Amino acid sequence: MAHTVNRLSRFNMTALALGLAFLYLPIVILVIYSFNASRLVNVWGGWSLRWYVEFFNDRAMLEAAWMSLRVAAVSATLATLLGTLAAIGLARGERFAGRALFSGMLYSPLVMPEVISGLSLLLLFVALNAERGFWTVTIAHTTLTMCFVTVVVQSRLTSLDRSLEEAAMDLGCNPVKAFLMVTLPLIIPAIVAGWMLAFTLSLDDVVIASFTTGPGSATLPIRIYSEVRLGVKPEINAISTLVIALIAVLIVAASFASKLSSSQGESAVPL
Amino acid sequence: MAEELANSASHSTTEKTVPQRVTDMPLLRIEGITKRFGNFSAVNQLSLDIRAGEFFALLGPSGCGKTTLLRMLAGFEAPDEGHILLAGRDIAQVMPHERPVNIMFQNYALFPHLSVYDNIAFGLRRAGMERGEIATRVAEMVTLVKLEGMEKRKPDQLSGGQRQRVALARSLARRPQVLLLDEPLAALDKKLRESTQAELMELQRRLGMTFIIVTHDQEEAMAMASRIGVMDAGCLAQVATPRDLYEAPASRWVAEFVGDVNLFEGQVISREHGRLKVTTREAGIITVAEPRQPVTKETVTVAVRPEKIKLSRRGLASGVDALQAINRFEGEVAAINYLGGLTAYRIRLDNGAVVRSVMANTARLDLDGYGSSERVAAWFAPDDGMVLQQ
Repeated sequence: MAHTVNRLSRFNMTALALGLAFLYLPIVILVIYSFNASRLVNVWGGWSLRWYVEFFNDRAMLEAAWMSLRVAAVSATLATLLGTLAAIGLARGERFAGRALFSGMLYSPLVMPEVISGLSLLLLFVALNAERGFWTVTIAHTTLTMCFVTVVVQSRLTSLDRSLEEAAMDLGCNPVKAFLMVTLPLIIPAIVAGWMLAFTLSLDDVVIASFTTGPGSATLPIRIYSEVRLGVKPEINAISTLVIALIAVLIVAASFASKLSSSQGESAVPL
Repeated sequence: MAEELANSASHSTTEKTVPQRVTDMPLLRIEGITKRFGNFSAVNQLSLDIRAGEFFALLGPSGCGKTTLLRMLAGFEAPDEGHILLAGRDIAQVMPHERPVNIMFQNYALFPHLSVYDNIAFGLRRAGMERGEIATRVAEMVTLVKLEGMEKRKPDQLSGGQRQRVALARSLARRPQVLLLDEPLAALDKKLRESTQAELMELQRRLGMTFIIVTHDQEEAMAMASRIGVMDAGCLAQVATPRDLYEAPASRWVAEFVGDVNLFEGQVISREHGRLKVTTREAGIITVAEPRQPVTKETVTVAVRPEKIKLSRRGLASGVDALQAINRFEGEVAAINYLGGLTAYRIRLDNGAVVRSVMANTARLDLDGYGSSERVAAWFAPDDGMVLQQ
């Protein structure tokens, strides 16, 4: 048994390679073709950065990207704020009537089909007569990503020893101060991880965004989607590669942050 | 060190307390305190006085309410009924951060994101002490618990014993009127536990502080405490010095809970010359010294500690000696447990009852030991029998 712990068997190695290829081969091809000099998507014409240059000259595309980043940043921040509060309520609050129902309802966006979430939000915004644009997408993304933040922060909070807060109170902190001085510093990596998770989720959402956005405020995924319908331009590959790079950096940072958060426990983020 | 502490305590303005000598006035008075969780009473109508400078142990099996009582003293649980008077002031409903009491947690609850220094200084900063004063006090505490040079380390860079010391220093730093210790030695290994016991006692004596310790380990309680309160089902079964607890338990339950004991139940048949004769099913007629409290019941239990039951080969089967001797029963050795310093015997008496006897192995060579199935006489002195009426 012992010698197999550190070394992968031939079977495991093959399974791992196939699995990784299945997941990443399309992405690798996309990244490679983003450096293609040829105008034709599936013909290799040598290395070039021309499609990146093209993208940085494409005003509409840049505007969509800027829109996406703004929506992601604002909605992630709102989601982190609300999600953390919900997590604290669930992990620390006294048992209240309907607690199970509350936590169940909180997590429903995790399993709710996005089409339904998008549609219901659209109906809400129409009923409220809200002008669809930046804020409607941002609010929609906040509702989508908040529960992810709650999951991450709550798992950290429940693994945190309750007596740490009691010790802080014993040593002269009122409950609020005990939270700020002891609990918050210990869960801040989980909160950061939750923010980054929310950011990436918002960045690559197309379904909910397309329901809740309005004319002239398309996000990057919507823009890409509509471009692709007219035929794949190599420029899309370049944009996609940039998005992949951004998300990869954030995911790695998020998992590092949550590892940091639970120095002796396992990662709080189910990544 | 202790003098320094006492001196700085007397002329400092931010002090919460001045170490006090043991006096007759109780520092802490618990009056009819009750705590319920749903229908279950964790602590039930409990009253207790603790004097300043005492080392008091709350001893009991798990679930007896001792930790709940301690948490009520710390302020983490509010009692449903009763009062907690600390130096005359009722603190039953006072928030933890406003009580001149500190607690050392069983798992130490050190702040993992703070260094040893910052952990110890945590409570001092909250009290609004000045920087220089804090530095002095932390240095004092670090010396007190022998952690010099460790100030910059984080808790996860310390051994279990070192963490325990940091926790102790942190809870002592504010000089509480009462220090509560929740199973402070439970996480240490046996050797370390024994040396830490001695250090805790020494520390308590030097600081003259009032310690209340919760433990389920009776040896620990016996070794350290000046008085022990034995708890059972939310009530105090007995409050006594370690010696009285062991040699004069208040009830059958206490006798069985603290240490090992042989119990003989029977009826009182005579009372003369300060001697009580009890006829028992297990061992026939037993003669014991009459206890201080008058025996009012007909049915009593005579309890004898195993080390008070001696074994002998003399006068076996001679008939005459056996009849005249008191508290002498013949039987055979049923089991022998060699424990190093002691040997525990189980003797099956001729009427079928089993008594336990423990003898110290005072000689290295086992020349005179009892063998398995050997016939022996077990006996005890009348003064060594404890009469229990409940």
